[in-house]
Amino acid sequence: MNWLLLFEQILNGIQLGLLLFLLAAGLTLIFGIMDLVNLAHGSLYMMGAYFAYSFAGWTDSFVIGVLLALPATLLLGIVVEVVALRTLYDRNHLDQVLATFGLILFFNELVRIIWGPAGLDLPLPDFLNTSVEILPGIPYPTYRLAVIAVGLLVALFLYLLVARTRIGMLIRAGASNREMVGALGVDIKLLYTIVFGLGAALAGLAGMMAAPILTVEVGMGERILIDTFVVIVIGGIGSIRGAFLAALIIGLIDTVGRSILPDLLNLMLPQAAASTAAPALSSMLTYVLMALVLAIRPAGLFPPRGA
Amino acid sequence: MTLSVRSVTVILVLLGLALVPPIASWVDQGYYTVLFARMLIMSIAAIALNLILGFGGMVSFGHAAFLGVGGYVAGIFIFHYFEDGAEWMGNGYVQLAATIVASALVALFIGAICLRTRGVYFIMITLAFGQMLFFVAVGLEIYGGDDGLSLYTRSEFPGLFDLNDRTTLYYVSYGTMLACLLVSWRLINSRFGMVLRGARLNDRRMKAIGFPTYPYRLVAFVISGVMTGIAGFLLANQTDFVSPSMMHWTKSGDLIIIVVLGGMGTLFGPLFGTIAYLLLEDILPSITESWQLFFGPMLILVVLFARGGIDSLLGPRSRPDD
Repeated sequence: MNWLLLFEQILNGIQLGLLLFLLAAGLTLIFGIMDLVNLAHGSLYMMGAYFAYSFAGWTDSFVIGVLLALPATLLLGIVVEVVALRTLYDRNHLDQVLATFGLILFFNELVRIIWGPAGLDLPLPDFLNTSVEILPGIPYPTYRLAVIAVGLLVALFLYLLVARTRIGMLIRAGASNREMVGALGVDIKLLYTIVFGLGAALAGLAGMMAAPILTVEVGMGERILIDTFVVIVIGGIGSIRGAFLAALIIGLIDTVGRSILPDLLNLMLPQAAASTAAPALSSMLTYVLMALVLAIRPAGLFPPRGA
Repeated sequence: MTLSVRSVTVILVLLGLALVPPIASWVDQGYYTVLFARMLIMSIAAIALNLILGFGGMVSFGHAAFLGVGGYVAGIFIFHYFEDGAEWMGNGYVQLAATIVASALVALFIGAICLRTRGVYFIMITLAFGQMLFFVAVGLEIYGGDDGLSLYTRSEFPGLFDLNDRTTLYYVSYGTMLACLLVSWRLINSRFGMVLRGARLNDRRMKAIGFPTYPYRLVAFVISGVMTGIAGFLLANQTDFVSPSMMHWTKSGDLIIIVVLGGMGTLFGPLFGTIAYLLLEDILPSITESWQLFFGPMLILVVLFARGGIDSLLGPRSRPDD
């Protein structure tokens, strides 16, 4: 095994983990506070990517495009919350799953009509489209480092927001006991809308940052949505700290697993068996981990206090 | 004796379904036999899901995986029969037995772990297991991996019937669907079904009065898995093709939609739901290409305003249990 390669894979894993965290942070709050299963969270991620594509195209600048797309996704999130989701809070989970599944179909088709069915590429600006030598002999793309930096900054911002501000206090209180917060006279509806908008903006940001690395396409949201669910379930629903750690664990296991599993299997199994088992096993790793965690700790690794 | 609206509807629907192949060949539209055969097969899966979702309150978001298990057993057996000349693998009885054993074992394994969790966690962990099996199928490279596997011939049951004939396949699916309806009906009205429904309404109370609900729920999960596996077996025969896409998580979502659309926790709801869903899926694209733009919001409206699904349109249920 090449140690330099492993190091690069670990960085990639952290980067994927931070992207997942951006999605998971919003989703776990929406889950924890509103008790809402939101399958359409991946659609907001997709919309973020498409907004960034369009705004970047109009303004000829990636950075301005992202800066415009961010409030656009926030606004979209608020509209979705007010129009469709608000009525779902006191419904059971099955209703929520179905209604938000309907939203996915709607958004996918909407995107297909507006932007067309083909995948789009969001080009990087020149100053990010370079690579840095992080260790002697290992160049690493600047953009991926930037993603890691932004992810860490957002994590820090969220920590400060949740742990140090009044609104964070309400969010934490909401995650532990919604009814009590409402009974104490807090405008819970407004709090819900704010949390949902925040979650939407974070999901959109993840989409924008993933856009230059992946292709902007219909269905991009569903793929990452399932991984995000794995993250919040492992982390414990409603816990941002849990989401952060679980996102990094999943990001690392997925990325590093894919690169070292074939070598590991080669040591244990005959060549032919190893090469057939490796791709399937590495895609399954995260789900195996989730099944293990839930079998041992049914409420996740870090269930929020009082829940 | 007067028949209720529901009884009349059910009789008409069952009769109508029985008459599809002769009518289709009379008007020379063989396509309808294919469409309705698919409908029957999907309704078997929906009936199976309804057993645990509607009556047991278990929202399994990975049920399409069992369609895949059944489908792949058929596909793999026929593949070896065709490629390696393994005579016994071409035998329909062996294939069906293998389907039942395989889906029962998978359901037992998945159910044993998932049923330890509740609510959202149950939804998520069944989803995760569904994805796991999806990736297993993607990884089966000798059986086509991502691209799937074509069935060069269909299952033959020597002395009984041969699914290569379109009409035979139709009536076998029809009979299987009726059998599954019968099994559900007997199950939910038995002591077993009472415990299952009790556990959905109040699990803690059921335990308090002395029923260990876990084994009951697990058995229901396994029965449902096996039924869905058989549906998958028939589906593979009907489409002559198996691929990972038949166990994609959106297929599990479709199954849930079908059950809710038809009326969950009702005997005939899944059948109505499947017919409505597949007809919509067949008709809407011919009206507008972007039919999902309307289908999605329609789904939301059904969830919000038509709680009981199609079944509730046929008048109040004789014995509401919630």
